[in-house]
Amino acid sequence: MTAPLLTVQDLGMTFPGGNGTFRRRAGIRAVDGVSFDVRPGETLGLVGESGCGKSTTGRMLVRLLDPTAGRVGFHGRDITRIGQRELRPLRSKLQIIFQDPFASLNPRQTVQQIVSAPLRAQGTEPKRIAAEVRDLIRLVGLAPEHLERYPHQFSGGQAQRIGIARALATRPELVVADEPVSALDVSIQAQIVGLMERLQRELGVAYVFIAHDLAVVRHISHRVAVMYLGRIVEIGDKREVYERPAHPYTKALLSAVPLPDPLAERRRERIVLLGDPPSPANPPSGCTFHPRCPKAQQICRTEAPLLRITSADSARQAACHFPEG
Amino acid sequence: MTLLEVKDLAVEFTTAEGVVRAVRGVDFTVEAGRTLGIVGESGSGKSVTSLAVMGLHRGAAVTGSVRFQGTELIGAPEETVRQLRGRRMAMVFQDALTSLHPYFTIGDQIAEAHRAHFGTGRRAALARAVEVLGDVGIPEPARRAGEYPHQFSGGMRQRAMIALALSCEPDLIIADEPTTALDVTVQAQVLELLMKIQQDRGLGIIMITHDLGVIARVADEVLVMYGGAAAEQAPAETLFSTPRHPYTQGLLDSLPRLDAADGDPLHAIPGSPPSLLSPPAGCAFHPRCARYAAAPEEVRAVCTDGRPPLRLVAEQHRSACLLDPPSAGRTTHQEVTA
Repeated sequence: MTAPLLTVQDLGMTFPGGNGTFRRRAGIRAVDGVSFDVRPGETLGLVGESGCGKSTTGRMLVRLLDPTAGRVGFHGRDITRIGQRELRPLRSKLQIIFQDPFASLNPRQTVQQIVSAPLRAQGTEPKRIAAEVRDLIRLVGLAPEHLERYPHQFSGGQAQRIGIARALATRPELVVADEPVSALDVSIQAQIVGLMERLQRELGVAYVFIAHDLAVVRHISHRVAVMYLGRIVEIGDKREVYERPAHPYTKALLSAVPLPDPLAERRRERIVLLGDPPSPANPPSGCTFHPRCPKAQQICRTEAPLLRITSADSARQAACHFPEG
Repeated sequence: MTLLEVKDLAVEFTTAEGVVRAVRGVDFTVEAGRTLGIVGESGSGKSVTSLAVMGLHRGAAVTGSVRFQGTELIGAPEETVRQLRGRRMAMVFQDALTSLHPYFTIGDQIAEAHRAHFGTGRRAALARAVEVLGDVGIPEPARRAGEYPHQFSGGMRQRAMIALALSCEPDLIIADEPTTALDVTVQAQVLELLMKIQQDRGLGIIMITHDLGVIARVADEVLVMYGGAAAEQAPAETLFSTPRHPYTQGLLDSLPRLDAADGDPLHAIPGSPPSLLSPPAGCAFHPRCARYAAAPEEVRAVCTDGRPPLRLVAEQHRSACLLDPPSAGRTTHQEVTA
């Protein structure tokens, strides 16, 4: 097995709670004890509902947020506590793509300026930059005549291609993609997913693909981590997580996604969870999923389950006292 | 029983950059107890269609016919539409937080609708609000009725919107992306609720969404819209099992599915949805169409000559494609090479 590219250990993020009327409120634990590896050239999907901490985790991986606990290792080196000067050369190897392509592209810069920015920051010879940018723009399926245009002259799908070109400019080894297709129309989503897959084949880049859409994540990922209220509740090979989910939350989540097939929809066994996901500001005791869990027992209310291997024949892990699969 | 009959509905907006033809001649009917799903991408005209039916099309020119329970609404006096709207037909919007008034309690807002239509007294109207909040599964409805929208979670707010729509016992509910802003587990709850209400009360529902999964879950009939016009219309099962229009086929082929075999490639539709300001000549889909691309020059000239009408291709099944072969053949896009 190849050495991991990225090693995440016990990562945590507690946001300060702000001032209450008379006293400081307790902090909000957005991410708590998250651990995983990403190997070179693979895609790890990070799924979960709003507020589960998946985007916060993604931002910590590229140090857009400084974690309050744990470490992120890149090629075995802890990057969580190094200074900006040491971080700078690493930034070229660790990139990020955002959900809203328009909000993440400077409206007053041309595509040429946007895509060349990382190269300039890295100190690439000015002579080589123009040629590299042309290559990049072709790589993502746009044409060199697009280089003099501004972001507003593009459709959402094209703008996302520009964001991808910028992220790939410095030949990163890992790209964190935070909901890269969820703002796009269905017919355009497939274009971008196809592009990301092709780029992975051609460039060997690894992805941490963050999304709430379980079908997209299944399509693009090799391994998948499911998050709930700041923690990973299940992680493993894509096929196992989707076909034999061990955690009741994973199971419920999968059964809640409507299939584009009316006959299958009618026959389907559905687990409808009660209530909304709880607030991370005031998480339930024990297993944080217990108030909504159809299988909850006494122990679930008092003891938080650890993420562990649930069956002898696989490396998949789940955080449940009563796992299935 | 036919609740709503829409014929040749067209909606145009005049903007600084020119006339936007948002809807260009759409026909459909909604029966009591049935759900019509309208599916399309951004700019397809699906939301504008619903607003025009409800008479909420501010500043737009609406033509055609909208008959609701026998009453023609296009050109009808505002008072006629106002008496029906919220009473006989009600709307559920995507974003409950912007649709509900932040300064009034949930109970007051529901009661207000009831008072406006029935002249009910304040106390009786509030009691009615508590009752419908209970109907839509809000725990402790009497207490929650006194709370403000921001005190509700996303799923609870959407339930409150449904309660508001139900308070006057309408016959038709138009739901415009009612679950798009919700998490998938909460979406499942809200869809379940809508279907249960329909079963209990025999409501007609128009479900507008971009999500083909939601359509498959709730719709009896489906209207697929593209570039302001109908591309295909069929019973839900037929539409998903034997789609005829190349756009519908392309949409289904581009969808990653939980029930697909592992490793099935996605077939993206090339290009982007058309601009409504300067739509392509002829069929709005032709610049992205695999069938058009594959057809010989002399055959495909029809695609650019004029807008293809919706034609009957099988029983209850209409498709607006002039290249549509008589027997259901399927042209798929090649595996995406982006």
